[in-house]
Amino acid sequence: MSGILILEQTLNGLQFGLMLFLLAAGLTLVFGIMDMINLAHGSLYMIGAYLMAAIAQATGSFWVALPLAVIATAIVGMLLEIALLRRLYQRDHLTQVLATFAVILISNEVIRLIFGPQPVMLNAPPALSGPVELLPGLSYSSYRLLIIGVGLAVAVLLYFLVAKTRTGMLVRAGASNREMATAMGVNIKALFTVVFGVGAALCAIAGAMLGPILAVQVGMGESILILAFVVIVIGGIGSIRGALVGALLVGLVDTIGRAFLPMLFREFLPPTYASNLGPAVASILIYLLMAVVLFWKPQGLFPARG
Amino acid sequence: MTHRIFAIVALVVLAALPPALLASDQDFYISFASRIMIYGIAATSLNLILGYGGMISFGHAAFLGAGAYVVGIMMAEGVSSAWIAWPAAVVLSGLFALVIGALSLRTRGVYFIMITLAFAQMMYYVFISLKEYGGEDGLNLPTRSVVGLGLNLKDDTTFYYVVLALFAATLFGLHRLVNSRFGRVIAGIRENETRMEAIGFPTYKYKLACFVIAGAVCGLAGALISNQANFVSPKLIEWTQSGSLMIMVILGGIGQLYGGAVGAAVLLILEEVLSAYTIYWQLPVGIALLAVVLFAPRGIAGAFTRKPK
Repeated sequence: MSGILILEQTLNGLQFGLMLFLLAAGLTLVFGIMDMINLAHGSLYMIGAYLMAAIAQATGSFWVALPLAVIATAIVGMLLEIALLRRLYQRDHLTQVLATFAVILISNEVIRLIFGPQPVMLNAPPALSGPVELLPGLSYSSYRLLIIGVGLAVAVLLYFLVAKTRTGMLVRAGASNREMATAMGVNIKALFTVVFGVGAALCAIAGAMLGPILAVQVGMGESILILAFVVIVIGGIGSIRGALVGALLVGLVDTIGRAFLPMLFREFLPPTYASNLGPAVASILIYLLMAVVLFWKPQGLFPARG
Repeated sequence: MTHRIFAIVALVVLAALPPALLASDQDFYISFASRIMIYGIAATSLNLILGYGGMISFGHAAFLGAGAYVVGIMMAEGVSSAWIAWPAAVVLSGLFALVIGALSLRTRGVYFIMITLAFAQMMYYVFISLKEYGGEDGLNLPTRSVVGLGLNLKDDTTFYYVVLALFAATLFGLHRLVNSRFGRVIAGIRENETRMEAIGFPTYKYKLACFVIAGAVCGLAGALISNQANFVSPKLIEWTQSGSLMIMVILGGIGQLYGGAVGAAVLLILEEVLSAYTIYWQLPVGIALLAVVLFAPRGIAGAFTRKPK
């Protein structure tokens, strides 16, 4: 096991974790402020990736398409909030789960109707298609480095937005005590439409950035949605900081576990057990992590409510 | 009294279904009807914890998959007797439910939803990694379970009647359970757990017992579904499957005796009919689900019963 390999996998984990953070940040705010389980968050991620692919194909430029796709997805998200989700805030969690599950079914089929059942191509910008040499012996995909850069930039931006601006203050107030914030005169309704738009935009960034690495296809939102939920439960619902820590933890644990656990198991166990047990344990590692965190800290690592 | 008449009429109609289908050369639908009743058992078991117990489990498919895999794996290892495999499926699913429930029920609300989901995901990935038993591709069952007693389950009609008997037994069992002292306590906990605790009921133990019963019954449904399809795969445990079971309960009527059964029938028939017309059948299903959730939260069975005061 060489140091280069470990470093490479750590970068992969960082990249994955930062993209998870973009998804989890929006989800945790929606969850924290309105106490609303939104399964359709993954659909916004899918819609973002599809819009990105369509616009990139039409304009021929990755960089023109990115902001357009992000803005378009934010609009879709806000429309969804105004048309439907707003009606669900006062309902119980079960209703929210099922209604947003219905939104998943509907949006999957609408996307399939428009774009067809085949995965859509989305290419990385040509300038970033090759690897760069980070250290002697370690060459790393330049596009993945870009993802890490974008993820970090958005995380910093989000931190300033939430921690330093008036809107951010209202968001934090809403997350820690919704009734009190309303009583103090915060227009939660409008605030929430904005938060939802921002969440959708973050989804679109993640979808657009991951599009060239993963396949842009119907159902892409479902698998990553569950991971985003794991992240916010670990981090503490409503906490952006928790989402960041949780996302990096999940990204690193998952990536490094998949890379090294099978190897580790081969050292100690007979090969027949190791070949089965390695991948099995690696894929359930993050869920174990979540169960352990919930067991010891039922409110997550950084509870938003005091 | 009307309740009993309805149950008898329904049972007679269901018993008369196979000869009627055979006479009209529609024998494909005998197996389809078995499938509906099997999902009816699974949804009914979920309804017990969801509707009567108020525990929103988002991982109920775990027990369906556990039951199915117990039968599948035992058959792959040469044990095909239903008298061994089916009780084993029920007991093991119940044990899984005991472990999962014991840990999950320490949490509340959203966290309970998420942790049950997480456990189901773990089981999903474990079965994907089990390369000996098909991994991601699933496991074909060489035959159906062997019952003896002159019954051959390979015959779809015989299988149908066995499923019907178990289906009826499940509904009768649920009826007796929710009207028993245990059922009253469970309903009391759903309405106000703190108060029940203050009166002196060990609420955690009651909820756990309820969760285990639901898991065990769902394991039976799993054992049956693997027989019906002659196939077991991790798809049975996917989180969308847990979602489907919830949809069945809600469509049919949450906390209604026939809710799970009606919902399973409606959803599966809707799928069957719509998929004949369009490959985009999930679109109308999604719209129907949204409409029910928003405008008829008591479901289809709920529309025919009086509103509780």
